[in-house]
Amino acid sequence: MGCDNILSDTFIKIRDLHFSRGDREIFSGVSLDIPTGKITAIMGPSGTGKTTLLRMLGGQLQPSQGTVEVEGLDIASLNRKDLYKARRRMGMLFQSGALLTDLSVFENIAFPIREHYNFRESMVRDLVLLKLELVGLRGAHALMPAELSGGMQRRVSLARAIILDPVLMMYDEPFTGLDPVTLGTIVTLIKELNQSLGITSVLVSHDIHETFSIADYVCILSEGKVMAAGAPQELMESKSEFVQQFVQGKPDGPMPFHFPAGSLSNDLLGSKLEKGQHLS
Amino acid sequence: MIGAFAINTVASFGRASIFLFQIILGFKDVILRSSLLIKELYSVGVLSLLIIVFSATFVGMVLSLLGYVTLVDFGAESSLGVLVALSLIRELGPVLSALLFSGRAGSALTAEIGLMKATEQLASMEMMAVDPIRRIISPRFFAGLISLPLLTLLFMGIGIYSGYMVGSVWLGVDEGSFWSQMQSKVDFRGDVVNGLIKSVVFGFVVTWIALYQGYNAYPTSEGVSRATTNSVVYSALAVLGLDFLLTALMFM
Amino acid sequence: MGSSRKTEITVGAFVLMALLAFVYLALNVSNLTGFSSDKGYQVSASFDNIGGLSKRAKVTLSGVAVGRVIDISYDKETFRAKVTMRINSDVNYLPTDTQASIYTSGLLGEQYISLEPGAEDDVLKDSSQLDITQSALVLEELIGKFMSSFMSKKE
Repeated sequence: MGCDNILSDTFIKIRDLHFSRGDREIFSGVSLDIPTGKITAIMGPSGTGKTTLLRMLGGQLQPSQGTVEVEGLDIASLNRKDLYKARRRMGMLFQSGALLTDLSVFENIAFPIREHYNFRESMVRDLVLLKLELVGLRGAHALMPAELSGGMQRRVSLARAIILDPVLMMYDEPFTGLDPVTLGTIVTLIKELNQSLGITSVLVSHDIHETFSIADYVCILSEGKVMAAGAPQELMESKSEFVQQFVQGKPDGPMPFHFPAGSLSNDLLGSKLEKGQHLS
Repeated sequence: MIGAFAINTVASFGRASIFLFQIILGFKDVILRSSLLIKELYSVGVLSLLIIVFSATFVGMVLSLLGYVTLVDFGAESSLGVLVALSLIRELGPVLSALLFSGRAGSALTAEIGLMKATEQLASMEMMAVDPIRRIISPRFFAGLISLPLLTLLFMGIGIYSGYMVGSVWLGVDEGSFWSQMQSKVDFRGDVVNGLIKSVVFGFVVTWIALYQGYNAYPTSEGVSRATTNSVVYSALAVLGLDFLLTALMFM
Repeated sequence: MGSSRKTEITVGAFVLMALLAFVYLALNVSNLTGFSSDKGYQVSASFDNIGGLSKRAKVTLSGVAVGRVIDISYDKETFRAKVTMRINSDVNYLPTDTQASIYTSGLLGEQYISLEPGAEDDVLKDSSQLDITQSALVLEELIGKFMSSFMSKKE
């Protein structure tokens, strides 16, 4: 099953993806299409490898099997030079903001420009200030990352991610740990970027309410496979128990509340425990 | 089990060597963007000056003191200059500078890189199509490689001079014989240059270990702390081991 | 991202100080001043026993250093050790019957070559050979001589 009944153009094609970390198999045959110019959300329980998927889109990790094609290019097979060229068309917003701590806000945003191009200083200034204006932090351009709140850091990170006008934006848990006001700001910015600039956006998140409010398509991953996919409305009305548990946030259901264990009466009343012995 | 440990060690060493190779390839970027190098020379070299100068002064003085006390029994105190100079130039200068450097600058490098890894700064750089090895690691490597020999030279010079202050000015060894015996027995090519070669080798190894540990640290606070400790410990072992090797090659 | 003025100045000062230390070590501490680019001229001498003479040993004239030993080898034609020395070019007045002896500097010191000028008019030039030599004193021979003279005295 996959999100492959989409009518618009496909920006990213993932086919039969397999990936393991150590003994744990993270993906065991994931296939999905990410449509161009839309906001696609990848969701799922903690630890299902959502961030790992983003890393694979960016070529930081290689699949053990299967292909990841971005704009028709097989990312895993690119050599270093071509991979770096492909990455210039992508922007990624990291969960922690990941600003360079020894550079000011202005320098952080200017970083990609300075590394790749040789623009006149006045042009760099204009580009940076424009993007800062977009995220509402133009006045903060001289501050250092340590002086910013978490929400502000994330907005600066966003400005930095879009400075070279990427065609693909990836957001790694953009809503986590923010206060309601900043949350609303980020949600609005993501939507605006997608609508006004037509940037294909891939969003990884746990947050049902915020994500469903802006996503065009949602894919839910669990246990290494795609469990459900479709527009938010479709998923809300889905008959699947799993989807209902996830979407409504019910503590118990197909995803059990209890970690596998023996019977409670055995543990409490069974063999007498010595002092210091652990329950096994 | 020993087999697994040995294989892991060899694999580690292989990874570290590939890492080193990539760093060295970044040499031309470092030349083109010398401002990065200068910034690192400051943080790695200039900021280590305090501890180097301080240590050199006291080591020189103690050496002179102990040397005098021993030599005076043989009536050979006029050789004090030779003792102080040769000890510092051949051995104490390079080795102590390297150990102090590893503790002060090496651990700082490891912590800095480890922290950048833990806060995803390195990953974000990769996603911006900037190679973190060329941008962050290479300048620090060459800064360390250049700084340690310079610091060692300062250690030697300051140590000898402070040895002179204690030996001659305080303890009364004849100034003339202090310097003239030293000058005839200390060979420029055999001693000073060899000591310098040692410090270049140490600079190479200490910086390499520090950067590698940081780059491969587990991205948690415990991981970074462990990496920092490892960096200092491994550097110390490497310096002392290589010192024995080099001393045997150079002074036998 | 540029480095500030202050950083550049301190780094420059640091490098400068280290270079000064290097120059100081080279000139005041080590024997570099004796290392002029003077090629000098080469002279060789054969000894029965060179004792502990080593390659960079001093060559002196009345105690004044005038050169260095540059090579020690065994000559299988004469069955003696052949020592090659380089003498400073300005010491060009050594007569051809100059004697080369191996002495020890101090009680525990290293060995060196001392030259005693002779009386000839001709002077030594490049690739000359010194014919009159005195080998190093070997402790065992000394004791042996002492013992035999002691023995003979007893009789």
